[in-house]
Amino acid sequence: MPPSAHAGRVGQMLLALAVCMAMGKALLPPGLIRPPDWLILPFADWINAAFFFLQNDLGLMAVTRAFSDVVDWLLSVTANLLYGKSRWPNLGPIPWIVVAATAFMAGYALKGWRLAALAGGTFVWIALMGQWKWAMETLSVILVAAPFSVALGLGTGVLAWRSPWFDRVLNPVLNIAQSLPHFAYMIPVVVFIGVGPKAGAIVTIIFSVPPMIRMTLLGLKMVPEEVIEAGKMSGATRWQLLTRVRIPTARSQILIGVNQVIMQCLAMVVLASFIGMPGLGQKLLQLLQSLKIGLSVEIGVTIVLLAVTLDRLSKAWALRLPEHAEPSPHWLGRNRLLVIWLALCVLGVVLAHFVPYFLEVERKQALSVAGPIDALMDRFIRLIAPVTAWLRWFLITWVLIPTRDAYLWMPFSAVLLLLAAVGWAIGGVRSAAVCVAYFGLIALSGWWDRAMITVYTVTVSVLIAALIGLPLGIWAARRPVRAERVLLICDTAQTFPSFIYLIPVIMLFGVSDVAVVAAVVVFAAVPIVRYTIEGLCSVPPELIEAADMSGATRRQTLWHVRLPMALPTMLVGANQSVMFSLFMVIIAAFIGTQDLGQEMQRALSTTDVGKGVVLGLAVAFMGLMTDHLITRWSEARKRALGL
Amino acid sequence: MAHPAQRRVGLPVWNKGHRVRETVISCRNVSKIFGPDPVRHLAELKVNPQAPLNGHVHAVREVDLDIERGEMLVVMGLSGSGKSTLVRCLSRLVEITGGHVTVEGQDIATLSDAGLIDLRRRKMGMVFQGFGLLPHRTVLDNVAFPLEMRGQDRKTRYARARDMLTLVGLTGREGYFPRELSGGQQQRVGIARSLAVEPDIWFLDEPFSALDPLIRREMQDEFLRLKGLLNKTVIFITHDFDEALRLADRIAIMKDGRIVQCDTPDRIVLHPATDYVARFTAEIDRARVVRAGSLVRPLDEPPEGAAWAATRTIRDLARDLVADSRKVIPVADAAGAVIGGLNRQEALDVLLGVAG
Ligand SMILES: Nc1ncnc2c1ncn2[C@@H]1O[C@H](COP(=O)(O)OP(=O)(O)OP(=O)(O)O)[C@@H](O)[C@H]1O
Ligand SMILES: [Mg+2]
Repeated sequence: MPPSAHAGRVGQMLLALAVCMAMGKALLPPGLIRPPDWLILPFADWINAAFFFLQNDLGLMAVTRAFSDVVDWLLSVTANLLYGKSRWPNLGPIPWIVVAATAFMAGYALKGWRLAALAGGTFVWIALMGQWKWAMETLSVILVAAPFSVALGLGTGVLAWRSPWFDRVLNPVLNIAQSLPHFAYMIPVVVFIGVGPKAGAIVTIIFSVPPMIRMTLLGLKMVPEEVIEAGKMSGATRWQLLTRVRIPTARSQILIGVNQVIMQCLAMVVLASFIGMPGLGQKLLQLLQSLKIGLSVEIGVTIVLLAVTLDRLSKAWALRLPEHAEPSPHWLGRNRLLVIWLALCVLGVVLAHFVPYFLEVERKQALSVAGPIDALMDRFIRLIAPVTAWLRWFLITWVLIPTRDAYLWMPFSAVLLLLAAVGWAIGGVRSAAVCVAYFGLIALSGWWDRAMITVYTVTVSVLIAALIGLPLGIWAARRPVRAERVLLICDTAQTFPSFIYLIPVIMLFGVSDVAVVAAVVVFAAVPIVRYTIEGLCSVPPELIEAADMSGATRRQTLWHVRLPMALPTMLVGANQSVMFSLFMVIIAAFIGTQDLGQEMQRALSTTDVGKGVVLGLAVAFMGLMTDHLITRWSEARKRALGL
Repeated sequence: MAHPAQRRVGLPVWNKGHRVRETVISCRNVSKIFGPDPVRHLAELKVNPQAPLNGHVHAVREVDLDIERGEMLVVMGLSGSGKSTLVRCLSRLVEITGGHVTVEGQDIATLSDAGLIDLRRRKMGMVFQGFGLLPHRTVLDNVAFPLEMRGQDRKTRYARARDMLTLVGLTGREGYFPRELSGGQQQRVGIARSLAVEPDIWFLDEPFSALDPLIRREMQDEFLRLKGLLNKTVIFITHDFDEALRLADRIAIMKDGRIVQCDTPDRIVLHPATDYVARFTAEIDRARVVRAGSLVRPLDEPPEGAAWAATRTIRDLARDLVADSRKVIPVADAAGAVIGGLNRQEALDVLLGVAG
């Protein structure tokens, strides 16, 4: 019997058992329905004990304090330069017109007029809308945090590359780190550092390091052997090889890492408003809490513009291929752009000196579109109110509440068996063990019911996202031009900090469960659309031609050739989709949910490290389990298709 | 035909001139195995030559080779026969699995990191099959790279790099990046880089493969000129037999990691050690390779008439061969001393391509 058939048989048996247990719930002993108290392990207390040991007895506090003092000093420098906080070097604030000109020139140098217009325009918009100070508060943190993360990530990446042993230890740590929700990072930082910009910067640094490590490792491993050999034959020492051959050759990957660091920084800095980080995020949080839609849309646009600008600038830098400069005898000829930039800066400073408007736009002078937006939105919302109200009613009574009740009703032992069945069918005994281990730990943590609510929100949202995303992806993939456009939109949407997605849903659905689900659905649909298009477009044309020649209709080709071939890629999208929804569910807790996210917020406000870490890990385990299953499945499909 | 052993007498005299022989690189029983556990696999092979591979690739097998100072050794063989790997063993770019490689009397396996770096900085240059250029550096910086590693200051190293670029005909491209050059131009950058340090030992892995025939010819001429000028030891890999004949003092032919024959070009053509070598040289016009000296036999009788120079190829002698009527023609070395006689019939057979 082939192993897969065998695995399927065991899977079916486990499934049948799970169904029996669920059906016979009334007959089950209570210990199999909810995890009994004696089974629940005090993980939180252990973690707290370990934490306090680190904090007090190992003197880690001193180390973190020293580190945070350095960060604090740098923060005050950027704060002075960008928005004129009265600290050393007391030069600032740099007039906004100079910052805008700098962004403009950077865009032009990296990619040309269009990027220049985007980058320059973003800063002009920020200034004219009177959001300069908030935006600069946000930017000043990114300016400090990103270089720290890049340096830390580069160093750790090089170490991991040098020592396979370290790499092996680091890999699972990175896996967990990248599936921990944002809030799980905040709680320990609050314990060590407290709240405020300093803590915000540090949590941002920690949060954005992992992708840099990954990209550094990847880049270093991809350097062609012959280039290294050429370096060796040139008599390079190890250090010279690393700094002058390997790292420069891995430039593109490393800079993609920098791009990811910057985007992670932005996402985290906005969320760090929950721990008292001033800036755009805090403003947005306040406005959303008081349901000022027009003003929060303004801030949202700013955040989106900033995200797109930072992303495009850093990506252009990463993907720029070296190009020879026309030899020019004059220094001026060789440094034309530099000279123009300096001239613009001087011009800007002079202008700002005489016309204060160009130094800082006062609140009174600021433009605002909040009024019209509010009016427009009011009209729009009133117009579609019947639809949203019906949708809300329908979703809540017919989808959300029944599903939630069903999830909560399931005996935990049946859930574990069910997962074992799925795991076994996909990846045999190992996958079954992995699934049971992850969810078993969640059961042991004592947060079973809360976890089930999170799972229910995620499953419902991902299913709805798939219902929307799959047809959209299939439709977009029909024409190359359309596919390209939709992909561009998806790429852009993925650069937005997750917090942004809350604005439209609160606008439409108010503060309710439906709003949470809607936010998660939108956020989770993006990767599904994206990978569906990518999967469908990368099906080899010979296969489609072969299907055409066999007289298949377009629908038959889609169902029997294109979708099966695209499935492995689409599964990657599903994987990302689940990850994204987990993150989003936790963030959406601030709208009001009853899941792990809400407990996490409570842990944050009471600075309960142990509880926070346990909850964070519970979320991470859900993500890791899904990742394991989907990766296994996708690998199996790929093997079956001979890809 | 005479017994091969007989022919070996006093053979390469015309080739080596009056050079003092000195071995620069010597390989003893060198093996290189790629795979999960090469050392164990080698030990297994010693006991049982038929041992299963288990994912191992035997790239170089039991190679014995001595390369003399100023010699030009051409390595040939089918794709995957281990040529590049052999050259990497000689420069310790790969660690050998078994045997010893000695460079100028020193076993390179025993060199420390610093010693190895020093050896490469002072003595060795290499041109890579895939060029191995640093993508983020300009052409000029690529060529100056080995000098930079040695710690030379900017001005001297750029001056030297410019000279090298002129030599390979790339002036005006100093500021370009490798990706902006054609394959042939990139290859020439690689050649210039390997020459920048004036290496004594020069490894070239298919250095002219990407060049067009005209430039290739030019580079070969330039190459011969340089070699004559600088007395470098050269190990040269090529797939092109004509090129090998033009350049080589000796040719080593590899098959499945073994050197099946290593000899002068005319001996390889005249006396292939195996069928494989014979097939390798089947297409060659032997008259262009074989020189009078290599067809010499001891004279039974005193020589009659004018002697021919041993270094001339049969092709060069074609007209004289047809015109002459002597049965055995005396052959003289560079000093003018008669070293033996050439059987005219045998030489005509070579000229007409009749198998001996
Ligand atoms: N780093 C490596 N790891 C594993 N196997 C290798 C490695 N390098 C070479 N080999 C194997 O060793 C054998 C010899 O390779 P080598 O590159 O020396 O061939 P070659 O004679 O230079 O061929 P070509 O003419 O195509 O350049 C090949 O079978 C190759 O697959
Ligand atoms: Mg090769």
